[in-house]
Amino acid sequence: MTIDLLLFYAFAAMAIGSALLLVNIRNTARALFLLFIVLFAMAGLYLFALADFIAITQILVYVGGVLILLIFAFMLSNKELLHDLQSVSHRFITIPRWQALIISGAFLSVMLYSVISWSQTMPEWIESAQMAGTVISPSDNNIQALGFRFMTQYVLPFEIISIFLMMALIGAAHLSRKEQHT
Amino acid sequence: MITITHFLVVSAVIFCIGLYAVLAKRNAIMILVGIELMINASILNFVAFSRYDKVNYGGQVFALFAIVLAAAAVAVGLAIILNVYKYYKTINPANINELKD
Repeated sequence: MTIDLLLFYAFAAMAIGSALLLVNIRNTARALFLLFIVLFAMAGLYLFALADFIAITQILVYVGGVLILLIFAFMLSNKELLHDLQSVSHRFITIPRWQALIISGAFLSVMLYSVISWSQTMPEWIESAQMAGTVISPSDNNIQALGFRFMTQYVLPFEIISIFLMMALIGAAHLSRKEQHT
Repeated sequence: MITITHFLVVSAVIFCIGLYAVLAKRNAIMILVGIELMINASILNFVAFSRYDKVNYGGQVFALFAIVLAAAAVAVGLAIILNVYKYYKTINPANINELKD
């Protein structure tokens, strides 16, 4: 067992273990701080797939932006949360816990079965890429290549995503403003 | 050597944990966290496959797009949750069972 495989298993165990703890813990604030650990471990896993820029963006956007937003929203609606956890009678639409466990377990078994049965033979484009040597190697300059692709090949999705992001942020600001009348 | 099966198994497990959080939690913020976990699992898949695509870098580019989409979804979702909390004084999705008017 080499050192990178060992590190990969460590990151994977950290991500899966803290995600399991996240869904089982009662305290929402602790669950949000566990999400920190999950996101950091996922960024570490991205590094093992040789995607350094994605890992840095994950840490910047998720840990710096999304998680702070989530903690902010939790702090703003804090009072009712503790009271909410004790009322079990109002289950009208939400699924009970064991049914959710069964559904997600069944989904996990289906996905694991398909992964195991699929991984015997690689798909054709992966094999041809391995044959031709067009596989990302650790010495490549990923950020430069990504920048070139963003500005040439993927410039239309890039513009669309920027317009979309502006629309979403304006919509969020519009939704969370204080109403003047009524 | 880390094969692609390692990444796929890890992302399947994370995805199912997120699915469980979406189905079982009775708290809108935790449901949003579950959605974030599912998006992260799919980004891990994108990145794992992108390793074999040096010509187009499609996986990494769309992983970045997915991160941006997730950030936008969280911003809008939290604004909606705060409005719902202001109106109903609860964020349990089971208790939100009527329209505004």
